Amino acid sequence: MKTAQSRTLRIVNDLGLHARSAAKLAKLAGEASGGVWIMKNGNTADATSMLDILTLACPAGTEITVSIDDEADVNTLERIAALVRSGFGE
Amino acid sequence: MEDQEHQEIILTGIGGSPGICIGKAYLVDKEGVDVVKKYVIRDESRSAEVGRFKTAVKKARIALRRIIDNTPEELRQHTQILETHMLLLEDKMLYDRTIDVIEKERVNAEWALKKVVSLVKPIFENMSDDYLKQRAEDITHVSDRIMENLVGADQVDIGRIDKRVILVARDLSPAETSQIQLERIKGFVTNRGGRASHTSIIARTLEIPAVLGVGNATLKIKNDDILIVDGETGIVVVNPTEQTLLETEERREQYEIQKAQMARKSYLPARTKDGIRISVMGNIELHEEVVSVLDHGGDGIGLYRTEFQYLSRPDFPTETMLFDNYKGVIDVMGKRPVTIRTLDINGDKAVNYIRDSHELNPALGLRAIRYCLQKPDIFKTQLRAILRAAAFGKVRILIPMISGIEEVEQTIDLLDEAAQCLEQQGVAYNRDVPLGIMIEVPSAVVTADILAEKVDFFSIGTNDLIQYTLAIDRGNRHVAHLHQPLHPAILRMIKRTCDVAREKGIKTYMCGEMAGEPLFAPILLGLGVDELSMNPQAIPMVKNAIRSINTADLNDFMESVMHMTTADEVQVLLERDFGAVVSKIEPEQQEQ
Repeated sequence: MKTAQSRTLRIVNDLGLHARSAAKLAKLAGEASGGVWIMKNGNTADATSMLDILTLACPAGTEITVSIDDEADVNTLERIAALVRSGFGE
Repeated sequence: MEDQEHQEIILTGIGGSPGICIGKAYLVDKEGVDVVKKYVIRDESRSAEVGRFKTAVKKARIALRRIIDNTPEELRQHTQILETHMLLLEDKMLYDRTIDVIEKERVNAEWALKKVVSLVKPIFENMSDDYLKQRAEDITHVSDRIMENLVGADQVDIGRIDKRVILVARDLSPAETSQIQLERIKGFVTNRGGRASHTSIIARTLEIPAVLGVGNATLKIKNDDILIVDGETGIVVVNPTEQTLLETEERREQYEIQKAQMARKSYLPARTKDGIRISVMGNIELHEEVVSVLDHGGDGIGLYRTEFQYLSRPDFPTETMLFDNYKGVIDVMGKRPVTIRTLDINGDKAVNYIRDSHELNPALGLRAIRYCLQKPDIFKTQLRAILRAAAFGKVRILIPMISGIEEVEQTIDLLDEAAQCLEQQGVAYNRDVPLGIMIEVPSAVVTADILAEKVDFFSIGTNDLIQYTLAIDRGNRHVAHLHQPLHPAILRMIKRTCDVAREKGIKTYMCGEMAGEPLFAPILLGLGVDELSMNPQAIPMVKNAIRSINTADLNDFMESVMHMTTADEVQVLLERDFGAVVSKIEPEQQEQ
């Protein structure tokens, strides 16, 4: 699977990627037409699955890379990046 | 044969909430869900099988939505968990993978779901982060819901119980307890759970008896069996004989009469016969319980456990949320003292249904003050909230699990920092708050003289002190009987703590279960405990016991007690000298 685009981001909210923030992320990723993935230390999770995101265990300060398979989803990618940078609005 | 069927059976568990009730059993069992059969699906039926799974998920989603919408305001804290469950229902890792297994392996939906859950759950169970570990329980709750719809197991809708019954269940999830029409429930019996479990808290708040941790209650008890539940002794009698029923009915009546008589005078202060005033306080867990403390005549809150706000949600509560909660309690208590114990999570305080069995030794692990000092941000948020709330009433801070002086010093530093921050921000606060420590680790007793230099009071937490001193896990049914409050070692520990405190000019309080046992009052007063704190329901009885005691008479008694070599001997002596006295209704006392 080739990566069309990716963004490297830092988790800034105190709680890290917990259930609620992961749910927000998964919901956004679900709008993409192709695959959306989150990578952390060489592990990859399906960004459309809240459970899969949680398995990466990302506390505050973690660096993650979000990537999309389909160039058409770049808008979704930007919105995910904005969500992460905003600390999930927490 | 008939006789065999109706033989009286006695089951023992942990008394979760005092009181005695007699009634019919109402089983909320998920049997049938446990036994999942595997069978192969024909090729042409695969899409129908997937459809069956999707329908089951949809039904679960609708049911959850209905529960969330119907949850009354006061139980709203549970709905956050349920919202997460809604999302999990259709999470790819469960939903898509189950469909995948049905299609690829041509197995029935139940088996596919079970297989997927058994793959996904361990991922979470093995995580080191406690919050993430607990997600494994969420997966269980969610898959149980789907499974119930698939198996079509006679789903017991606890929302529709139409008679007053004793609820018997393996365990009750927050979703289930929030559905129960609680006024219909006479008592609870569960296989799992302990005193800190959700069911136990609810039962105590409602003042209905509960026996938890019975182990096999749902196997031994059938629907409509007549049960006697004694929440004091932790005993459940199934199919009691005529004789037992009569005896229990009598005991129950006496208990109720006595309770009523004691309650009538409970608002008065408790003074010993020789005029020594002993404060009798209440322990609370939910801020709603504060009303119960006042109703039962509590002189204050001796232990406000603050874990619930942390455990009932997926993230950490904010300073404002904590402050609002603390202030709510303080406002109700007025001038009476409110002892706020800082966060004591992990170890045995973890709510039982999310208890994690993978941590080998949680009681000796990263918990309470150790956890807080490792997470200073979380700790400081709580300390700030407490200092702010302290501006509105008589607050004391109580630090759990102290094992050495460094922990006290670090806490004081953090308190100073928090106060300084509040000062700079111009927020109202009060730094002049008595700081106390829980005496529950043996090393704290041994070094009490060192610790006393830095703190304003001690509060003995007998449950943990007994566990750590005697090396007994009372949650373990095989050794629970060795959990002896009257063990000479425990009495000596309490004595040393009180002696050191007196010498250093500070007070010793007690907030463990031992404090709530009226029969123990003579010993505790004799040892020199200055204040007792207990479940609100126990306050009237303990006040009554205190009124029957003349401390001047205790010297000889204590002399004998301290020479006894076993807990049993102490118990016998205590019952002989005080058994009848402490339970007799004491006449009205004159206010002095």
